Amino acid sequence: MTAEQVWAALEEVEDPEIPVVSLVDLGVVLDVQVDGDRVHVEFTPTFLGCPALEVMRDRMAARVAELGAEPDIEVVLDDSWSTDRITPRGREKLRAAGFAPPAPREAAQPTLVQLGRGFRCPYCGSAETRLDNLFGPTPCRSIRYCESCKQPFEQFKTI
Amino acid sequence: MSERAQLLQVADDELVLGWRNSEWTGIAPVLEEDVAFSSIAQNEIGHARALYQLLADDADALALDRQPDQYRCAPLVQLRFVPDWARTIARHVLYEAADELRIERLKASEDEAVAGLAAKIDREEVYHRLHAEMWADRLRDEPRYREAIEELWPYAVAVLEPGLRPRLAARFGLELPSDNSLLGLERGMPVDDWPALWDEMTMVRRSVAGATW
Repeated sequence: MTAEQVWAALEEVEDPEIPVVSLVDLGVVLDVQVDGDRVHVEFTPTFLGCPALEVMRDRMAARVAELGAEPDIEVVLDDSWSTDRITPRGREKLRAAGFAPPAPREAAQPTLVQLGRGFRCPYCGSAETRLDNLFGPTPCRSIRYCESCKQPFEQFKTI
Repeated sequence: MSERAQLLQVADDELVLGWRNSEWTGIAPVLEEDVAFSSIAQNEIGHARALYQLLADDADALALDRQPDQYRCAPLVQLRFVPDWARTIARHVLYEAADELRIERLKASEDEAVAGLAAKIDREEVYHRLHAEMWADRLRDEPRYREAIEELWPYAVAVLEPGLRPRLAARFGLELPSDNSLLGLERGMPVDDWPALWDEMTMVRRSVAGATW
């Protein structure tokens, strides 16, 4: 078995909360090492309080086991996950599903002024949008409102 | 104080404040704040869990199997404020500012695991600080909020070790309280609200040994 085969298999593992993106698109898989029958996967969570972490880890382990290998999922708790790790394909899938993708991470921490800017509405493309709530249905999202099409929508927080 | 001891303090603060914040779930003054306080609570408890994992093989046991007098949380996070919104926001504003200072120090730790985790926690805490900043702006001229800041200021100072306190005072433009007015606010000194929270928080663990869900 090769690392490429494992990566391809992990691309089929859906995010538990937003099934349109895979865990590979989300950028939470840092590394894959194949050592005989043993597959070592480095996984880093999005948010520390995310209740889907165990589900993600267990789904990856189950998918690796389906390949006939022994999974070893290592959880890495450091600053290595950023919303910048979401792949271009992942960003497009999110947008198409009605989630505005995150703005790029900048050297300085985000400010209320920046978040007040007109991010594009994923439904109509208008930039006439405003921040409604910094917090949304999961830790990784904020709620915005589009003044043009009068729709609330969810925006990924930049991390 | 060892870094391990500091980590346990931060973890206990985040766990207990997470519980206090979650008390607003379903009853906050507006729906947005129901969502915000629930999400912040979830983050804080997630941070506590990650910190406990650094300190022990069994994070749940460390978090929930201690006696009430073995917790190292500061009195500020033990206080129960529901249904007082002004004091809740005052604590939020003061706590997030104090927390930022000590997280910044942990980010500079020589222990890579500590520094890496602190950096991740800090990225998430940015949104708590922005939320606190937004409310501080809204309530700045509200007498109940100003009184609450004044009342809780010694508690907030007591969250930090003495070396970091002047920076917190500079942030708020307030004088550091005298040593006398900090008596009784040391970590491990329980406030009246604590036993009931401990009882609720540890109830499942105590009633069913090894419970998981």
